Amino acid sequence: MSQISRRKLIATGIAAAAGASGMAVAATLAKRNDLIPPDAGGIYGPGEALTYAAQRVLTRHSMAREFSRSEISEKPFANEVDPLSDEFHRMEAGAFADWKLAVDGMAARPGALSLAEIRSFPTSSNITMIGCEEGWTYIAEWEGVPLSYILDRVGALPQVRYVVYRSIQPDWWESIDMADALHPQTLVTHRMNGADLPVPFGGPLRLRVPRQLGYKSVKYITRLTLTDDLKKFGKGLGSSAPEGGYAWYAGI
Amino acid sequence: MNATLPISADQAVQAAAVPSSTAPKRHMAVVRITHWLTTLAFIALLVTGGEIVLSHPRFYWGETGNVNMRPWLNLHLPSSRHTVPTGYGYVLPDQNGWSRYLHFQAAWLAVGTGLLYLLWGILAGHFRRNLLPTRSNLKDIGMSVFQHLRFARPSAEEAWSYNVLQRISYLLVIFVLAPLMVWTGLAMSYGFVSAFPFSVRLLGGHQTARSVHFLATILLVLFLLIHVLMIFVAGFRARMRAMVTGRADVDATSSRATIRSGSDAAEGVNS
Repeated sequence: MSQISRRKLIATGIAAAAGASGMAVAATLAKRNDLIPPDAGGIYGPGEALTYAAQRVLTRHSMAREFSRSEISEKPFANEVDPLSDEFHRMEAGAFADWKLAVDGMAARPGALSLAEIRSFPTSSNITMIGCEEGWTYIAEWEGVPLSYILDRVGALPQVRYVVYRSIQPDWWESIDMADALHPQTLVTHRMNGADLPVPFGGPLRLRVPRQLGYKSVKYITRLTLTDDLKKFGKGLGSSAPEGGYAWYAGI
Repeated sequence: MNATLPISADQAVQAAAVPSSTAPKRHMAVVRITHWLTTLAFIALLVTGGEIVLSHPRFYWGETGNVNMRPWLNLHLPSSRHTVPTGYGYVLPDQNGWSRYLHFQAAWLAVGTGLLYLLWGILAGHFRRNLLPTRSNLKDIGMSVFQHLRFARPSAEEAWSYNVLQRISYLLVIFVLAPLMVWTGLAMSYGFVSAFPFSVRLLGGHQTARSVHFLATILLVLFLLIHVLMIFVAGFRARMRAMVTGRADVDATSSRATIRSGSDAAEGVNS
């Protein structure tokens, strides 16, 4: 082996070692700052962790784009959902008077909120885009109670790191971190375009998370669980999306 | 090294005079490594991007677009969603989950590799020295176009530099199409545009970003097809060897006669 190639080899070795230790430091820092998504374990973990960490560093307080009233879609598309249960239809017939949103987990005052109570809470509204991972989009005005208001009301404990939310549809549940849960545009939505939220669009209650794709905006929500550990839910991947092969973080 | 590879007498003398590790390389290690990492990322992005398009093979301009709206382009392909009116009586299997995971992972690889290449290319003067067309390059552009249209094999000297059409197309891919792909890709991210709303406003909307992302893909695929075709025209083995090992042995591409006479000299030298 010549002198030059040995020197090159040593330089390459040092660069590789520096790179590896740099990555180890970055991974430790990311873990300490909650920048590792719950589905970062598989072969796509590195890409997911990079995306989530980069977006969280850039977007912790950023606002989803808002549009003017004239930009609201004339014909929004309500994506299909699995057939709704008899129980749902019974409640629908009674104008959802029996609809309850349970709030449990790490809260000082857990309990269940009726739809009437939720409708009496102060609301916020935004004209934002909802988009599917398939690629289609529409714009609507969404109105509801900021999730942060409900978290305040139930006395969320300071160690809460994620909010898990479930649909009345079996096997449809999601979770978001506190950057999205406490975000002013994240709404427990009960109105759309100036009317009660229609059933095809998620009525009576839909959690709108406008900085992520539509599948994080779960329709027909019935339960919120405040937690510090997503491992305890389902297969431990954070939500039903990764269990079905889709990413937990859908900001991209 | 395989001693049966034909080598010119000049090359053989050169190879004998200097150790193999310092022999002149056609492509520097940085170029070769970033080339193949980009190849890997591009194939992954292309396949997964195609799968994602199949879940909604329609394209729109502006901010919004869905099956209730008229697309400017309908690919008339079967879809992986039955909510899309395709005219086909069947629905393809849903591949979006892993496709999206892999698409973004490959995008990170492409962007990381691209930044490394850009930084090195600027600092090492690679773009200025090797890719920026020279005055004489530009003067001969007509001849170059003519030779390409004839699919003429390039001359032996061309194994050591890029011709003018190569330079222009590589610069377009590196400085126009690749950045446009990254930009339009990021402009479709709800998280990214919440921090940088102008990135999508400047393009004209979310659906415009998606359409431009698709159109730029077509241009990149066109580039890839011509790129690979030209490698076959120029001599597949020699060009591949140059991009894999860095060696540009003047071989059976254009000056077969001189090589034959020199191949005996090469035997034993590099074996």
